[in-house]
Amino acid sequence: MTPTRTAARPESPPGLIFDVKRFALHDGPGIRTTVFLKGCPLHCLWCQNPEGIAPRRELLTRSSRCTRCYSCVAVCPRKAVVKGPNGGPVQLDRSKCDLCGKCIEACAYEALAVAGREATVDSLVAEVERDRLFYEQSRGGATLSGGEPLNQPDFAAALLSALRARGFHTVLDTSGLAPWTVLDRVAAEADLVLYDLKLMDDARHKEFAGASNRLILENFCRLAALGRPLHVRIPLVAGVNDDDANIRTTIDFLRPLPAVRRIDLLAYHKGGQEKYRTLGQENCFRIFAPPSVERMEALRRAFAAAGFAVTIGG
Amino acid sequence: MMTARVKKLRDQSLKAVPSISGERAGLITEFYKSPEAGRVSPAAAHALAFKHILANKAVVFNPGELIVGERGPAPKATPTYPEVTCHSLEDLRILDSRPKTSFKCDARTIALYEKEIIPFWRGRSIRDRMMAELPPEWKAAYAAGLFTEFMEQRAPGHTVLDDKIYHKGMLDFIADIDAGIARLDFLNDPEALDKRQELQAMRIAAEALILFARRHADKARELAAKEKSPDRKKELLEIAGVCAWVPAHAPRNFREALQAYWFVHLGVITEYNTWDSFNPGRLDQHLWPFYKKGLEDGSLTRESATELLQCFWVKFNNQPAPPKVGVTAEESGTYTDFALINVGGLKADGSDGVNDLSFLILDVIEEMRLLQPGSMVQISAKGPDAFLMRALKIVKTGFGQPSIFNTDAIVKELIRQGKTFPDARDGGASGCVETGAFGKENYTLTGYFNIPKVFELTLHDGFDPRTKKQLGPKTGDAAGFKSYEELYAAFQTQLRHIVDVKIAGNALIERLFATVLPAPFLSILISDCVANGKDYHAGGARYNSNYIQGVGLGSITDILAAVKTHVYERKTLSMKKLLETLGSNFSGREDLRQTLLLKSPKYGNDDDAADDIVKAVFETYFAAIDGRPTVRGGKYRINLLPTTVHVYFGKVTGATPDGRKAGEALSEGISPVQGADRKGPTAVLKSAAKIDHVRTGGTLLNQKFTPQILADEEGLRAVCSLVRTYFRMDGHHVQFNVVTAQTLRDAQKHPEKYRDLIVRVAGYSDYFLDCSVDLQNEIIRRTEHMGF
Repeated sequence: MTPTRTAARPESPPGLIFDVKRFALHDGPGIRTTVFLKGCPLHCLWCQNPEGIAPRRELLTRSSRCTRCYSCVAVCPRKAVVKGPNGGPVQLDRSKCDLCGKCIEACAYEALAVAGREATVDSLVAEVERDRLFYEQSRGGATLSGGEPLNQPDFAAALLSALRARGFHTVLDTSGLAPWTVLDRVAAEADLVLYDLKLMDDARHKEFAGASNRLILENFCRLAALGRPLHVRIPLVAGVNDDDANIRTTIDFLRPLPAVRRIDLLAYHKGGQEKYRTLGQENCFRIFAPPSVERMEALRRAFAAAGFAVTIGG
Repeated sequence: MMTARVKKLRDQSLKAVPSISGERAGLITEFYKSPEAGRVSPAAAHALAFKHILANKAVVFNPGELIVGERGPAPKATPTYPEVTCHSLEDLRILDSRPKTSFKCDARTIALYEKEIIPFWRGRSIRDRMMAELPPEWKAAYAAGLFTEFMEQRAPGHTVLDDKIYHKGMLDFIADIDAGIARLDFLNDPEALDKRQELQAMRIAAEALILFARRHADKARELAAKEKSPDRKKELLEIAGVCAWVPAHAPRNFREALQAYWFVHLGVITEYNTWDSFNPGRLDQHLWPFYKKGLEDGSLTRESATELLQCFWVKFNNQPAPPKVGVTAEESGTYTDFALINVGGLKADGSDGVNDLSFLILDVIEEMRLLQPGSMVQISAKGPDAFLMRALKIVKTGFGQPSIFNTDAIVKELIRQGKTFPDARDGGASGCVETGAFGKENYTLTGYFNIPKVFELTLHDGFDPRTKKQLGPKTGDAAGFKSYEELYAAFQTQLRHIVDVKIAGNALIERLFATVLPAPFLSILISDCVANGKDYHAGGARYNSNYIQGVGLGSITDILAAVKTHVYERKTLSMKKLLETLGSNFSGREDLRQTLLLKSPKYGNDDDAADDIVKAVFETYFAAIDGRPTVRGGKYRINLLPTTVHVYFGKVTGATPDGRKAGEALSEGISPVQGADRKGPTAVLKSAAKIDHVRTGGTLLNQKFTPQILADEEGLRAVCSLVRTYFRMDGHHVQFNVVTAQTLRDAQKHPEKYRDLIVRVAGYSDYFLDCSVDLQNEIIRRTEHMGF
C-alpha cells in the first residue's frame, strides 16, 4: 500500500487534534479525509467548531443524553462531576477536572466525552491511508483544518510532509493568522491552500473574530506572490460580512493577485450551538443568520463578474 | 414527454386495485379433473393444462395499448396456482382484508374455491404434499424462524432470459424439439422414455403459446372491424399482424421483439407462480440490433421506440407478484415480482456493452417511475462514467431505482462457479441481487437463513427459548465456555447442523417439483433443457445452482464483537449475567444495553476488531454451504440478501448481545446494523468489501443519503467515485436511498400525500406505504449520512 518508501525518521512529537472526518467533500477536491487540529488564535463569534478553539483537551457534557444515573459522580476522584440541582443532569466544575476520563468510562450513554486527543503523525497517516482508493478514484486526498493548523506548526508541517511522501494530495485549510515564516513553512508542504478571509475592515474583524486582520492580509499577499495553488474561502454571515462594502473591498483586494482565481462562498449555519453548550460556554454563543439564498447568489455573481471562479457550498 | 396514450395506460395501471382472479384456478382444475390428465406423463399433463388455460382465458386489450396480453382477465387481476398452493378460505379472507399487499377477493371467487378448487387440490397441491413429507426437525426449525422455504408457496423460477427468443420463434423451438425426439436412442439410453415425454410436453407448451398469440391476433382484427377511429383501427390491424407473426416466428423488428418477449413472459408466469417472475435480462443488448436497424431503415424513431418501451413497462406493472400468505408473505411482503431489467455491462466478447439504447432505457425508467419492472445498471470498469452519472441522476430523485451492480464482480462470481466467459458476460443479476448466467441457468433461491438466531441457539445449548424446543445439537452450557474460541466453535457446530436440516428439506422439495410438477414451457427457454431432454425442475439447465441466503451479517458480527469484548477480553460481564439480561430483554438494565451498544466494536466502521469477525462469519457460512451437491446435479452457493425477512427474523429472535431488544429487526443484507455505522460511507464500503464477494452469488448493500449529497455535480461525482471504488474492491452491489427521515416520518403521518413515494427496501424498491409499519420504522432508522 506504500507507494513511496520514506527513510526511517525519528517519530515527531504528537499533535492535539479533535476530529478526523472521512468522506469530507468540501475541504478541497474529491473525497478527502480531514484532520482537525485543536487550538485557534481567533475567536470568531460564529465559530462552528468551538471545541477546536482551546489548545488543550476539554470535557464535553451532553446533558440531553444524561439519564441521571450519576455513575460518573460516583467515580470522579476530584469531585468535579456533580449531580445537577433537583435531580438534573450532571454538572462539571471545570476548575477541578483533570480529564482523567473515569467518568467517561463510567457513562453508558456517551453523555460525557473529551474533545481533543493526542495523535502521532504515524497514526494519522495510517488513518488517512484507509481511504486511499477513494482519493485515487476521486482525485481527493487529505486536508488539515481546525482550529488553526498553524497553531501547531511543527506537527502540521510534519504531518503534511509525511502524507505527501506517501503520495497523498494535501490541503491546508487556514485562517492565515501566524508569523509568515510559520505559514510559509507549513504551506510549502501542501499542494493547495484554502485561505479564509472573513472581514476586510480591521475594526470589525477585531470585533467579530477577536484579532486584527493585518497579519492575515499581509500573509495572504506574500503567499499569493509565490504563485502556488490558493483558494479563498469566505464564510458569509448575514449582517456581519455580506454587505456590499465588505464584498467590494474583498474583490479590490484580491483582483490584483493573479494566483487567486477560485473563491468558495460558505453560508453560515447554526451547527455550533449545541457544541457551545457541551463546552459549558452557552454565554459565548451568538445566533447569527446565513445570507438568504438570493443574497448568496448575488454575491456569487459579484465575484464571478470580477473574473473569479466561484462556488457556493460548505 | 410521455404521450397521451402512455399517460393513460400508466394511470390505469397505477389506479388498478390488485385482486384475485379465479380464472386460472378454475381452468387448471377443470383440466386436471378430466380423464386426459390421468393418461399422460406429469410433464405432458401440466403442458396440456397450460394449453387449456391459454386456449380459454380471457384475451384482454386495454384501450390504446400497443403491446398486448395480460396474465389475468384485467390489469392486476392476479391468478392463483392451486397445484402449487391451495389457498384456504381463511387465506382468501386474509388476502382480501389485510392492511398491506392485499388482494380483493370477491364472493364468486370464494364460492369457486369452496366448491371446486379446495375439494380437488387439498392434499394434492405440492405444498400439502411437501408438508406431509417433511421431517419434524425441519418443521420445528422452520416454525422457530431459523430459515424460510421459498418453494413453500411458489415454484422455482429464479431465472432470466438471454437472447434466444430474438433469433428463434416457437416454431423453430418445435423443430429443435422434434429433432431431439428423433435422436432418442431407446436401445442404449435408459432415460429415453422420460426424455420423450418431456420433449413432447415442451412441444405442447410451445404450441400453446402460439395459440395464445393467434387469439390476440383474432381479437385485434375483431376490434378493428368495430373501431370507429381510423388511427386506432390501423394500430389494431398492426397488432394483429404482429401477433400473427410472433412468437411463432422470430421477431423482425423492434416492436415484434417487445411483443415476442411479452408473450413469452406471460407464458412463464402463467405456467407457474415462479419466484422472481422472469425478465428479459439484458434488454439494451437484446434490442440493440432491432433499434439500430429501425433507425437506419426509417421504420423507427427515438420517440416511437420510447413509446413502445413505455407501453412495455406498463405491462410489467400490471402483474403484481402472486399472492403470498404466512411466512412467505413476511419474507417477501411486496407486490413487486422482481423483474429486474439489466442495463449496461459487457458484451459476450468482453467489450463495453453500454449503447445509446442503454441511455434511452434510463430515460424510460426515469419518466415511468413505476414499481415494476425493477431496473439496475451494470457498471463495468470499461463502461463510461457518463452512464453511471446518468443512473445516479435518477437515483437522486429518490425513487430507489436503478440499483447499481458491478459487472466485473458478477463475471468473476460466475467464472468461479464454473461458467464460461461468454456465458458469464451475458449474465447479470436478477431478483434482488442474485447472480446468474441468463438463459442458461437454474439458480434457485431456496430460503433465507437466520444467522443471529443460530447464535441464540448456541447460547442455549441448542434450545430455542421462544418455541421451547431443542433444535440444535447440545454444544454445552454457554457459561462454561472458557474462551471466545470455544463459543465460536459451538456456533459453527450449530450452524452446520441447521444448514443440514435445511438442505435435507430442500432435497425433498426439489425432487417433488421434478417429479410431480415439471415446467415444460420454461424448459424450452433455458438452455440446455431441450438438448438434454430434461425438465428445468429436474436439472435440465446447463448450470444448476441452489442458494441459501444468509441474513443478519451485520447483527451477528456486532453480537459476536460485543460478547468477545465484554465477556472474554475486558471480562467486565459474565456470560451468566449476560444470559439473564438477555432473557429479561434488558429489563432494568438499560445501562448495560447502552454499554453493549456504544462501547463495542461495530461492523460498518472500517474497524478490524469488528470486521475480522464479519470475515470469520462469512467463512463459516461459506464453508457450511458452498460446493455441496444438489439433487438437480448442481452445487449449493451462498448469497447475502434479505428482501423483507430481516423484519420477520427479528421478530422471532430474542434480545441479542449487541444491545438489540427482542423482536427488533435484524440488519439487512450486508449493511451495518441500523445506526451502527458512524464513520461515513467510505468506512461502510471498506467494511463491506472485507468479505469476499467473488465467492458469493450476490450481496446487498444499502446506503441512505439525504438528497443534499447528490444535489450538485460535485456530490454526484463523489458518489460516482464511491461506487467505482467499492467496485474496484469487488463489491457486488450498492443501492442508494435518497430521502430524508423527515420526509418518511411525514409520509407515516400523511399517507395520502405520499402514495407515489417509492423507497429502496432491500434488493428492491417498494411503495413506502405498502411496507409494514415495522419496516417503515426500520427504513427511517437506517443511517443517514447527513452533513458531510
